[in-house]
Amino acid sequence: MSEKLKPPIQIDKMDKEFLDTIIKAGAEKINVCIQCGTCTSSCPSGRRTAFRTRQLMRKGLLGLKDEILSDKDLWLCTTCYTCLERCPRGVDPTDIILAMRRMAVQAGNMLDPHKRVAGLVIKFGHAVPIDEATRKLRTTMGLGENPPTVHAFPEALKEVQEIIKKKGFDKLVCYEWR
Amino acid sequence: MKKVAQNMGFGLKDLPGASCCPAPGVFKSFDQATWLTLAARNLVIAEAVGADIVTMCNGCYSTLRETNKVLKDDSGKRSEVNEILKPFDKEFKGTINVKHLLEVLYSDIGLEKMKGMVKKPLNLKIAVHYGCHIVKPTKERENIKSAERPKFFDELVEVLGAKSIPYKDKMTCCGAGGGVRTAYLDTALDMTREKLENAREVGADCIVTPCAFCHLQLDRGQIEIRDRTGTSFNMPILHYIQLLGLAIGLKPEELGLFNNAVPVDSVLEKIGK
Repeated sequence: MSEKLKPPIQIDKMDKEFLDTIIKAGAEKINVCIQCGTCTSSCPSGRRTAFRTRQLMRKGLLGLKDEILSDKDLWLCTTCYTCLERCPRGVDPTDIILAMRRMAVQAGNMLDPHKRVAGLVIKFGHAVPIDEATRKLRTTMGLGENPPTVHAFPEALKEVQEIIKKKGFDKLVCYEWR
Repeated sequence: MKKVAQNMGFGLKDLPGASCCPAPGVFKSFDQATWLTLAARNLVIAEAVGADIVTMCNGCYSTLRETNKVLKDDSGKRSEVNEILKPFDKEFKGTINVKHLLEVLYSDIGLEKMKGMVKKPLNLKIAVHYGCHIVKPTKERENIKSAERPKFFDELVEVLGAKSIPYKDKMTCCGAGGGVRTAYLDTALDMTREKLENAREVGADCIVTPCAFCHLQLDRGQIEIRDRTGTSFNMPILHYIQLLGLAIGLKPEELGLFNNAVPVDSVLEKIGK
């Protein structure tokens, strides 16, 4: 057998407090996970990438903080909720993944494309803002250029931006006001 | 949606000044409090208008429905949110409900009535794609016991005269959600590709979805797949509202069908337009 063995987990990488933090952040059920693997086998992302839901739960239980918070694969979950539906123990893995993501963002590990999308919501009030082509399309269909959202009401957009500032969301996603 | 609603006898009011719901997969991954507050703001606008919210996007449905429930049930979170909304003369009171378009059609209008409104039964073989957030998590959804084999959307498609054909991995995700389309487009497109292949394999005339984001991923995604791999599926993707519009006699141009990324001519020919 010439397989390379995975390096054993170092005890000093296991952060007991981290497990408590995850639990408080919305992952109460992680302790009942029996590592059955139903989640991984249901995962559409896992089927085509290195993302392993079961392993991520295990890492959480072992308190492997740095590994989890810096994991780029953490962001491969589409939040389809299939694992949550099928988990025989009610672990709610999707919610755990979302909690881990929030902690990763707090730790400054947010992927650039996500910073960009967050920036679009801050700047325009929409994750998918309107463009010239869509404006033209709307007029050909007898609609106003802009939908009656923040796109048409600048005061409303200011409200959204005030809320974002109050929650510190702009700082969280490293948004630069210009 | 306005034209269809008019024709079906239910009124739609605007939500002036609404913003992104905000998108559940991305925003819940960044900060829950911000997600809740921005959603609350949209809910308050609906309360002011005095009407239930109806949405044709599963993601928006997920955000608005879940935040509406949280704010109705959790007085602590409600006060926190209302503190932030106070300077804008806004206050969440919990007076409205959030419905998906399909809920309004299935429960409020009903299949019987809808059958009567069909002017043009659609002779199509359709691969029905529910999407994820209209059925999951089932514990947060009314009347849905299992997300494995739901029937209501198939029934809504078949009441229009079409046939919902079984296909492999029918309930699997389109790939767009959770920020994956944004950050890992190739992975998202691979999930899309698999779904398109499965629909093609059973000879579907088109895929129909009740979610605007799934529609974007499945429709525009085919152009992106073609650019990346050279494969053209030519699988028309219709939002349910477009299908419904055709069945009640509206014209394709009224339904934005000529602006779909993948041409829908084959579908229009089959139904005789």
